[in-house]
Amino acid sequence: MVGYTEALTDPSYNGQILTLTYPLVGNYGVPDPTVTDEDGISKFFESDKMQIRGLVVHELSLTASHWNLAMTLDEWMHNEKVPGISGVDTRAITKKLRSSGVMMAALVVSDEEIDVEKVKKELAESPHYNSEQFMDSVSTKTEKIYGDDKEIVVVIDTGAKNAIVRNVRELGYKAIVVPWNTSYEKIMSYNPKGVVLSSGPGDPQKCPATIDTAKQLISNNVPTLGICLGAQIIGIAGNTETYKLKYGHRGQNKPCVNLETNQVYVTSQNHGYGIKPESLEKSEFNLWFTNADDKTVEGIRHKTKNCIAVQFHPEAAPGPFDCKYVFEELKKLMEK
Amino acid sequence: MPKNESLKKILVLGSGAIKIGEAGEFDYSGSQCLKAIHEDGIKSVLINPNIATIQTDTRFADQVYLLPVNPKYVESIIEKERPDGIMLAYGGQTALNCGVKLEEAEVLKKYDVSVLGTQVQGIKNTEDRQLFKDQMKEAGVPVLKSKTVTNFDDAKKVAEELAYPVIIRVAYTLGGRGGGIAHNEIELHEIVERGLKASLVGQVLIEEYIGHWKQIEYEVMQDYDGNNVIVCNMENVLSMKVHTGDNIVVAPSQTIDNHEYHMLRSAALRATKHVGIVGECNIQYALDADSDRYVAIEINPRLSRSSALASKATGYPLAYMSAKIGLGYNLSELVNRITKSTTACFEPSLDYVVCKHPRWDFSKFELVNRKLGVTMKSVGEVMAVGRTFEESLQKAIRMLDIGNDGLVLNRANGKKYTEEEIENKLSHHDDQILYNVAIALKMGISVDRIYKLSAIDPWFIEKIQNIVNTESHLKESELDESMMWEAKKMGFSDKQIARVKEKTPDEVREIRKKLGVIPAVKQIDTLAAEWPAVTNYLYLTYGGYSSDIDVSPDEKGIVVVGAGPYRIGSSVEFDWGTVNMVWGLQENGEKNVSVVNCNPETVSTDYDICTRLYFEELTQERILDITEFENPKGIITCVGGQTANNLTPSLAERGINILGTSAIDVDRAEDRSKFSAELDKLHIQQPKWQAFSNLNEAKNFAQEVGFPVIVRPSYVLSGAAMKVVWSQDELKTYVKEATDVSPDHPVVISKFMLNSLEVDVDGISNGKEVVIGAIVEHIDSAGVHSGDAMMCIPPWRLNNKIIETINDYTKKIALTFNVKGPFNLQFLIHDDHVYVIELNIRASRSMPFVSKLVKTNLISLASKAILDKPLPKIPENKWQKIHNYGIKVPQFSFMQLDGADIALGVEMQSTGEAACFGDSFYDALSKGLTSVGYNLPDKGTALVTVGGATNKEKLLPTIAKLKHLGFKILATEHTAEFFEEKIGDVEIVHKISEPERKPNISDLLYEKKIDFIINIPSTLSLEKYVGMLDDEYQIRRKALELGIPVLTTIELADSFVKTLEWLQHNETTKNPIEPYDVVE
Repeated sequence: MVGYTEALTDPSYNGQILTLTYPLVGNYGVPDPTVTDEDGISKFFESDKMQIRGLVVHELSLTASHWNLAMTLDEWMHNEKVPGISGVDTRAITKKLRSSGVMMAALVVSDEEIDVEKVKKELAESPHYNSEQFMDSVSTKTEKIYGDDKEIVVVIDTGAKNAIVRNVRELGYKAIVVPWNTSYEKIMSYNPKGVVLSSGPGDPQKCPATIDTAKQLISNNVPTLGICLGAQIIGIAGNTETYKLKYGHRGQNKPCVNLETNQVYVTSQNHGYGIKPESLEKSEFNLWFTNADDKTVEGIRHKTKNCIAVQFHPEAAPGPFDCKYVFEELKKLMEK
Repeated sequence: MPKNESLKKILVLGSGAIKIGEAGEFDYSGSQCLKAIHEDGIKSVLINPNIATIQTDTRFADQVYLLPVNPKYVESIIEKERPDGIMLAYGGQTALNCGVKLEEAEVLKKYDVSVLGTQVQGIKNTEDRQLFKDQMKEAGVPVLKSKTVTNFDDAKKVAEELAYPVIIRVAYTLGGRGGGIAHNEIELHEIVERGLKASLVGQVLIEEYIGHWKQIEYEVMQDYDGNNVIVCNMENVLSMKVHTGDNIVVAPSQTIDNHEYHMLRSAALRATKHVGIVGECNIQYALDADSDRYVAIEINPRLSRSSALASKATGYPLAYMSAKIGLGYNLSELVNRITKSTTACFEPSLDYVVCKHPRWDFSKFELVNRKLGVTMKSVGEVMAVGRTFEESLQKAIRMLDIGNDGLVLNRANGKKYTEEEIENKLSHHDDQILYNVAIALKMGISVDRIYKLSAIDPWFIEKIQNIVNTESHLKESELDESMMWEAKKMGFSDKQIARVKEKTPDEVREIRKKLGVIPAVKQIDTLAAEWPAVTNYLYLTYGGYSSDIDVSPDEKGIVVVGAGPYRIGSSVEFDWGTVNMVWGLQENGEKNVSVVNCNPETVSTDYDICTRLYFEELTQERILDITEFENPKGIITCVGGQTANNLTPSLAERGINILGTSAIDVDRAEDRSKFSAELDKLHIQQPKWQAFSNLNEAKNFAQEVGFPVIVRPSYVLSGAAMKVVWSQDELKTYVKEATDVSPDHPVVISKFMLNSLEVDVDGISNGKEVVIGAIVEHIDSAGVHSGDAMMCIPPWRLNNKIIETINDYTKKIALTFNVKGPFNLQFLIHDDHVYVIELNIRASRSMPFVSKLVKTNLISLASKAILDKPLPKIPENKWQKIHNYGIKVPQFSFMQLDGADIALGVEMQSTGEAACFGDSFYDALSKGLTSVGYNLPDKGTALVTVGGATNKEKLLPTIAKLKHLGFKILATEHTAEFFEEKIGDVEIVHKISEPERKPNISDLLYEKKIDFIINIPSTLSLEKYVGMLDDEYQIRRKALELGIPVLTTIELADSFVKTLEWLQHNETTKNPIEPYDVVE
């Protein structure tokens, strides 16, 4: 019921039509997108635009109430030219996605009766989500520098959320955000203390350049943290396999067990792909976090090198802050 | 960490009688706790004198003691049972306070009993105001500026520092008891003095006032390993201004954003970890509406009303899980009870809006102040589930069963106010606040203005605006498909639509169904449909087009209609009836038994109990929706009290098969003229009565039989609008009131017989055989409402001939009315004649009491009767052969209700009851009185003030005995004069209204120089209405506020004094109750 501003600007949702299970959306409106923190990072948004292609809700709140709002959700979507539909039985859709898996969909508006067969045909002919290459649209084209601390962490932007950069800054490092296909050499030219491979949309196999970079980061023992898509990329670089989940993990209430401490944490998740549990055995990694519900892989730690990765979002936004300590883990590796 | 294997036997403390702030939610949490213990093969022992609960059946607990939950009694049971562990978190503040005292007295150490779950230090960390503040600061959680004080002078200094208004909170109390907002020094004095006395530790907290902030709550689960999750968060519609128990609450929160939600969430986890919670707790915040500044207000280190609500709102059984944690399990080892595959260590996601609405019963109390504030006043609540806020809110209003069909378009037209009046009403909340918001919107007052006055978040006001808009659309538009959908999605009932369209609800229903506008049945599954869930926990909504489940057409089940919100006159006993009926049907081979109910504080709404649980309205429209979906072989309306019973005729007319006594026979009993004609045929006497529809007839009748008379509508339970009337003028007032409550049924007046005894009979019949559960005698004289009267089994003042007559009448009447199921008959005994007052063909308030004492589960028998099975052979007059005495004592909650008068009358006022068994009358009575809070002193001072010469005469032996027992006797002038002459040594004290005359009652009360008061008001005379009794009222009210027992009937005073005498020579018995006898 909270977090639509963050979710809608999360590049991981790029190219998707999003349906929300909570029936009332837009209650607290949308804050001002131009407000930034002292580093110039948007304070309330996870990227500089609305990333989704469409939004499906049960009820859109046409009025909103909050001390921090600048506009309603409706106004924001209008400004961003992203279509949405309300009045939908979103629970029925959720159940359909649960049993049939995520699927291609169309939002159609018409004064006349809609020819469903025609729409289905058009949909079948459109490019499939799985085949889309998202990096061009979500990754930065140029390097971006945040802060003026002495020591540096490089964030490889495969669709990074602002919250990842904010967390790096909170650790006390200058953050340099680079394009997804930046080479290992280029990264090392910044002389970073560590590297973060960010979250992002789509199939990790579509990021071969990032996988190459990751391989070299691992073999050269550069302290590295992978998050979500970044975790899958690190996984592939270290000999695990990835697969597409039936309907993914999306939500702010996912329990994960840290196997090193046996503590359970509630995490924020948004991923359609994951690391195959059985592929871990022959890989360079140990299982670090596991999903308490379905026992999928939620975090890995390299057996010998300074490399860790988590499938969930320790940076929250939206979601709980329980796993912010994962960034502290990176710091420990960097200070070793 | 797995289960702690050293635990073999665990003691669980209950919460005692239902009172405002401690209601049926603790039957739910206690039952869940006992179930969790039982599943692990550990023995359990329960102490709880609340006989009307499910937990005091011997189904879940191995041993049940109907004893007061106080350190003395609990210690004696610990000594006897030697448990390894004790659970303190499942019996409200009563159990928690008792646990703290046991620990402090080192009783737990002495007997080596470990506290399971949150330790006593953890409890103290949250309950002691100063400790709490220190703990929160250490955990990095901000708190309000405030200071704990122990006397008025310090309070004054602090209040001046913080600047008025300030809020006063009382340490170690329940339902915010004794707290308040002081705008000046005079108010401060009153509240602080009262609070210091109410507090167990003599502390109050003076705090800055933040009434306009949002009130947000989180429910936290934490295990011994420190794993913790938030199960639910909730937002209070009426801001911090109103106690959360009296607030309209939504789950999840609606107006806070991601940042605020998680800021508060993280703080909740930090705070609870720091204070050392193990199990469940609730944390309450105030959040500024204009920034993200927040403060933690309090932590409840136990199951609570909020946790019961959260359990029902999410489907996550907090009490059960919390008990498992207490046994040693950690969260990830426990399984989600709904999915049965995923872990319990998760945070439920909701795809619906829950709205909790309190039920107030202010109209039951004379002089009561209806304002809402920081002291809880509601006696029950409902929970509505919908897919829009508007739907949930209007459903909730209907669920309250107060005669309203929603927020607008009600039978009684909205009142008219001037702008000034309405603005005043918006800034001072009472029980009408949301209706007043709707009225203000219709008057054109802006959302912003309403927000400024009421501190209700604009989002909620906008939603009310939507309801108001839909009302006008309905007025303007054709009733076509889109209009119908709009209205239904906004939560309008067919009745509301019918009212605006000048049609009947049946016509609207027909049109609606033709348009295809029917509700969908959706599941409550803890995870918003993300995982497959085989849940039977359901609600109906117009916010969806497809149902989550199907009921197969050949699956002919039974639907049991529950009792709705707790209220005065319908409390946990009807939940006991509902649940026992479900179990009875199941034990008799019924596989599909569904329940409909809307009260989150119940066991019947535990989805483990039945095949399908519909958390729904108990209205004709919704029951029809459910029966159309379920297609059951029949429904049962005789165990849910009058709410369910009232539905019987209209459902039967619409073709629904009523199982049990037929609707026609129920009508013959409820309709006074039909009932009376049948009694005449049987030659059974009844007090003179007459039904009338105009005032003149009524006046003539009253003249003829002579005042006083009882006025009441037929078809209304618990004496709602039932009054003893003494004069023509009064008659006029009450006729109007009675017609308001029950417009469709005639009003009845009958002769009120002074000086008679009242008797209840509970029984079961299958139309051929009749089983009499017991004859129950009221200890108080007739005229005290049966729900407020003390009751005794076996009767002790009835001779055999009368008992035979009662037996005979009971059987004749049950057979004449073709009763199939439970029934209750009320008799009046006057000059050795037996009169029938009324027949209720349904489960009664006293059935759990009768069932447990006589060891025959009457509802279980009723289930057989309803299924047309032969009744088992119960020995004739089994109840007379029981060796025990059982006494049921009412529990009052007047303290919560500013200004309420505690003198008893024909209108029921008690909120609950306790019952204890004993070897003798006084053995049972002394435990019963202790259970409802009476202190039974062995020496001390009594104040006696009695109105009327007859009363004084009657009370003489009692006062003489009291003196003989060594008590000092004080009395007001006239009373003293009388007793001084008869027995001597009576000291005169002066009235509160004459403060200059010393010694004055007021001073003596404050100085705690009076141990109890016998104050018999002259209710039974015309005086009451001449307003002479203000002084007596003052005494009762002040004593109440200071926690000094006041005995207001002659019978109670006499029993009380005899009990004191008995206690000087005897010890009370402490035996567990015996299980129900197995039948067949």
